[in-house]
Amino acid sequence: MVDAIAHFSNWATVILMVIGLYVVLARGNLIKKLVGLSIFQTSVYLHYIGPGKIVGGTAPIIAEGFTVYSNPLPHVLILTAIVVGVATLALGLALVVLIHEAYGTIEEDEVLGREDDS
Amino acid sequence: MSGVTTLLLAMAVPLAGALLIALSHGRPNQREAVTLVTAGVMFGLVASLVPEVLAGGRPATQPWSILPGLELRFTLEPLGMLFALVASSLWIVNSMYSIGYMRSNDEPRQTSFYVFFAVALAATLGIAFAGNLFTLFLFYELLTLSTYPLVVHKQNAEALRAGRTYLLLLIGSSIVFFLPAIVWVSWTAGTTTFTLGGVVSDVMTPDETGWLLALFAIGIGKAAIMPMHRWLPVAMVAPTPVSALLHAVAVVKAGVFSIVKITVYVIGVENLARVGSGDWLLYVAGTTVIVASLIALTQDNLKRRLAYSTVSQLSYVVLAAAILTPTSVIAAALHIAAHAFGKITLFFAAGSIYTAAHKTEVSELDGIGRRMPWTMGAFAVGALSMVGVPPAAGFTSKWYLASAALAAGQHFALAVIVLSTLLNAAYFVPIVYAAFLKPEPASGHGHAHGEAPWPMVLALVTTAAGTMLLFLVPNLPLALARQLAGLS
Amino acid sequence: MIAAHLPALQVVIPLLAAPICAMLRRGSHAWAWTMVVSWAMPVIAFAILLQVLEGGTISYWLGSWEPPWGIEYRIDTVNAFVLVLVSVIGAVVMPYARASLEREMPADRQVWYYTMYLLCLAGLLGMAATGDAFNVFVFMEIASLSSYVLIALGRDRRALVAAYQYLIVGTIGATFYVIGVGFLYVMTGTLNIADLAERLPLVENQRPVLIALTFLIVGLSLKLALFPLHFWLPGAYAYAPSVATAFLAASATKVAIYLILRFFFTVFGGSYPLAGLGVPLVWIALSLAAIVLPSITAIYEKDVKRMLALSSVAQIGYITLGIGLLSEAGLTGSIVHLLNHGLMKGALFLLVGGIAYSKGAVTVDRIAGMARRMPLTFAGFVVAGLSMVGVPGTVGFVSKWYLVLAAIERGWWWLAILVVASSVLSLVYMGRLVEASYFRPSAPDSTDDQEMPRSMLASAWVLVAACVYFGLDTDLTVRVAAQAARTLLGTP
Repeated sequence: MVDAIAHFSNWATVILMVIGLYVVLARGNLIKKLVGLSIFQTSVYLHYIGPGKIVGGTAPIIAEGFTVYSNPLPHVLILTAIVVGVATLALGLALVVLIHEAYGTIEEDEVLGREDDS
Repeated sequence: MSGVTTLLLAMAVPLAGALLIALSHGRPNQREAVTLVTAGVMFGLVASLVPEVLAGGRPATQPWSILPGLELRFTLEPLGMLFALVASSLWIVNSMYSIGYMRSNDEPRQTSFYVFFAVALAATLGIAFAGNLFTLFLFYELLTLSTYPLVVHKQNAEALRAGRTYLLLLIGSSIVFFLPAIVWVSWTAGTTTFTLGGVVSDVMTPDETGWLLALFAIGIGKAAIMPMHRWLPVAMVAPTPVSALLHAVAVVKAGVFSIVKITVYVIGVENLARVGSGDWLLYVAGTTVIVASLIALTQDNLKRRLAYSTVSQLSYVVLAAAILTPTSVIAAALHIAAHAFGKITLFFAAGSIYTAAHKTEVSELDGIGRRMPWTMGAFAVGALSMVGVPPAAGFTSKWYLASAALAAGQHFALAVIVLSTLLNAAYFVPIVYAAFLKPEPASGHGHAHGEAPWPMVLALVTTAAGTMLLFLVPNLPLALARQLAGLS
Repeated sequence: MIAAHLPALQVVIPLLAAPICAMLRRGSHAWAWTMVVSWAMPVIAFAILLQVLEGGTISYWLGSWEPPWGIEYRIDTVNAFVLVLVSVIGAVVMPYARASLEREMPADRQVWYYTMYLLCLAGLLGMAATGDAFNVFVFMEIASLSSYVLIALGRDRRALVAAYQYLIVGTIGATFYVIGVGFLYVMTGTLNIADLAERLPLVENQRPVLIALTFLIVGLSLKLALFPLHFWLPGAYAYAPSVATAFLAASATKVAIYLILRFFFTVFGGSYPLAGLGVPLVWIALSLAAIVLPSITAIYEKDVKRMLALSSVAQIGYITLGIGLLSEAGLTGSIVHLLNHGLMKGALFLLVGGIAYSKGAVTVDRIAGMARRMPLTFAGFVVAGLSMVGVPGTVGFVSKWYLVLAAIERGWWWLAILVVASSVLSLVYMGRLVEASYFRPSAPDSTDDQEMPRSMLASAWVLVAACVYFGLDTDLTVRVAAQAARTLLGTP
């Protein structure tokens, strides 16, 4: 039980991951899907940063009085991943705008329905 | 020229001819002259190889290697020599016949017809001269692909449907069964080179040998062993010269040739006789002979009847090979040649009737012999050869086959031979009888006609004469066949 | 001097060329610039391949930071081969791109096409070259984001939907990958692939490692379109600009397959823990489903581009099948089929693009009788189609030979027969196209069809000719593939 609580950051990761994936799969609105995708990606940020943080640790700068440091590498990696996530979201939204112009809707079932007509 | 050079040249000539024919598009006279010259040159080259083979020479060459173990290899040996001689000599006659047929029937797309015909002949020679299984397979597929456009030549719905069956059955069977068999041989024996006595005798158990033979027998769909025969009747939708040379000689003979060749050079006759796991082939082939003959009896369309007769006659060759004695191998080789001359004559006659009288059904032929005496006379000779009556070549091969069956104590084979002879007679003799002895129907033939154009008549008389000549002087094919059986 | 920096140049040149391209105003200038850059790529790739064949694995330290702290570009025979494949395809399609894009999109968009194309090239080459698992993710996203744009540039509005769906699926796939890498990092403390391979045995059979493996397999399978995760592929390939389809079909999925090879064999060491977990059996079962089911769908498909896309899924199945056999012959077949399939499917998509050049959408009914007016296009179609069927003398035969050999080595007869029997399915759908184009009467509105421009035809025919050439002369392809297979298996 204590173990399960101690891993609370992992729980947060898993819950966010599942929520994100669920939204992507279950929602028909193209923007909501992107929202879900972003939540899903955010869970990965936690997945990396959580294990990198050490309780009581500071930034790895050698200075008087500090002996415990957190691992900086995951933070840097996730900085990259955040950039990638932003780019993906931007591109996705741009596509949704274009789809709205071409089809007049951003509901997935309506878009697919109009393709069958044409 | 050395044997190897001649051999490669003989295969290159029809390809070069195909190119020249394509360039002669729109100039029919030049196009057909090129075809005839190509056929003549090719035959000359092939014929010039005969003395070397008879003297025991086996020129071989390996000009290209795709992978280790996958070499392009050509070897000249007696069976291939015989097959190449038959195919190349009949191509000359057939070209003459094609010219008459295609012109008088006003067929469209004649240039592509002659181009693919030449490519098909190049592939046939490739099969005849193949020195290992891979090369055989390569040209086997090329032959299917180059004859496909000829089958769908008419380009109507029926032809397209026939083309689909043709491609699917031939390529399908070869890829699904033939190719794995080759990989298997290559993997266990480490080589696919044709070697007298076989390459798998030491490395495969009797059961495995039986399975290998089964893969080959089913995979070589061109041999038309039932149930892989369905492509042959449907291919009859092609113009008659195609049915005559390709679907009575080159393509189907490529099939039985491959089976005989594999029996002799890959599995080994003695090996197969020793392990005894190939007996089933005898029964399958025998059944095919009888069933195909029975179906032929029921066909009213002349070309389809001939096609089923071909199915039955092909299985004679397989039957002969499956008896597994030297005499039976001779019979198989002889029958390849004998059936070729006889059946091409019959198809020539069918095409000639179609051209002159526009008739395709057996029941319409009453009294036609009086209007077309040469055609029906040649037809009679071809029919005699199918039944196996002197003075036609079919007698010789059947004689060897029967004596081989007797000597080996194969009563089943003997029964098949006797029964099928009766059946052959039953579906050929009435045609000849009706053509010459029945009166023309009262309504007449619709229009007055005589013989077909002279190039066609000349062609069919030539092959009919060839059929008799093969009976009277069988020296050359016999010599080659005896060499194959190791009796020279 | 320069020779030592080739691995970096391979990736950096297209990466830097892309923003420069974006600044060019005219489509023709952008094309010329991209042409120069993309033709430099195979030169570098071949130079790297030669270095690897002669001197063994190259380890390049980016910025001279020593691995495992710095990023290492580590190139052995396997990824040198993939670099050659991607860069050659990338170069060959360029002459084609110009005329094709002139027809398919307005001039201002062409500049963006070439920019994204360069980025995509940089991403794919980077994925292949780098030896750092997280760096792979970065390049993967560069390649993916740019390829979403490439697809969205198609002239049909359905291209937008296809690009959007691909974006969702691709992002999920990449995120799965990065989750897997995260688990490995937590367990081993390293991201360097070679270092991972050394440290993993210390933590083997612990649950996070197996979870990592699962995420990696699922993520990469989405990217490489392994059945049943292939649903995004037909739409994306069908509606993208013709030249983008050819390029992506021939290269993008192949790089994802390379990553599978890298993780299966280099990182997880071949049989561990794959064999114990039954991974190969599941993998082979999925591969067989991939070979058979999409092929059957393809038989009934009317849209030719979709048909070819479905056939791509099937062909990917052959490649993954060879991987699942875990033997030298199987891997050789897989690796050589990476290239061979790239050649033949690239050729087919370029040729279909040439038909679309005059026709717009290409369906089986609309190509009826067209072979007479476009003889060169359809002659190429026949040759590449025969290669798909696996007729001897073409590249398709070589791949199939090794796969059948690998199955027979295992004693799995049913598998050997299934592999060859499935080529009959490709015979059926390719045969349909050939029959329609050669032997059916033309549609009444199609009498003014013409061959595509020569520059496009040249690109397509280079690949068609390669289908035959490498089917006859396998010395280069099979030798390198066999060496790559031995590298992966760790046998001499």
